Amino acid sequence: MKVADALGLLRPGDWLVLAGLAAVIAALWGHGSTGDRVVIKQEGKVFLDTTPRLDREVSVPGPLGMTVVEIKGGRVRIKSDPGPRQICVKQGWLGPGQVAICLPNRVSVERGASVYDSLNY
Amino acid sequence: MTHSIIKLEISAEDRRIAGLAAAAVGLTLAEAAIPLPLPGVKPGLANIVTLIVLYQFGWRAAVWVSLLRIVAGALALGTFLTPTFVMSLSGGLASLSILGLAVHLPRRWFGPVGLSVLAAFAHIGAQLGVVGVWLMPGVNLLPLLSVFLGAAWISGLVNGLVVAGLLRSGVTGAQS
Repeated sequence: MKVADALGLLRPGDWLVLAGLAAVIAALWGHGSTGDRVVIKQEGKVFLDTTPRLDREVSVPGPLGMTVVEIKGGRVRIKSDPGPRQICVKQGWLGPGQVAICLPNRVSVERGASVYDSLNY
Repeated sequence: MTHSIIKLEISAEDRRIAGLAAAAVGLTLAEAAIPLPLPGVKPGLANIVTLIVLYQFGWRAAVWVSLLRIVAGALALGTFLTPTFVMSLSGGLASLSILGLAVHLPRRWFGPVGLSVLAAFAHIGAQLGVVGVWLMPGVNLLPLLSVFLGAAWISGLVNGLVVAGLLRSGVTGAQS
């Protein structure tokens, strides 16, 4: 059977179903493989690399003072920051793969994948 | 002493369903011999039979063939009443339900490929549901979800094309 013949077997609704479900798969693709780590950096160096599954608050010292990172219910956000414009605080809870950067205080928080860690798995 | 005689009337339809179910069991067994990269990712070749039965003999016959295939296949493979069987059954029931609805979609627009892909998604969806709720509660299935769904997409497409090709060539009409 030629390729053209095979394509002739597909009806318009079939294309629709295929496209729709492919979109679902594409939407899910990035999930899960990332999002199991929280990496807090200060001046570009890793300050803390941890799991989002343990609730806690972490205070990160920077040139302006303390940036407080909150990890709660598997989510992470910058709770407070001494920076003048509060951009990273307003960013709110981070989704998988997102990064919040408090530039004035040189702190960044990443929600993303890290090296395999048998203790946390 | 008189012997009571129980006579089973075997209709032509019974024979037909038994024959088709046997074909589906054959495919299930053949498929079990193929090494697979991930548990749960299979081509689902027996669904080709289910779909052809659905198109040629209706949904009721498809349910019979599919359930007979699941039970007989599990008996042959030694997985009857094990978690594998429960997963197979739940996947089968889910895809049969979807097929029961999808077969009423306008034929002009939706062919075997669309139905096959929908059934494949229902199948893997129900199986992941069973795994998530009953077998391994609390395990984060999200990382694997896209892999399983991608496999269902491909196998649904391939099986659907096979069904569409067989139906058009008229090979299957000989049985009716």
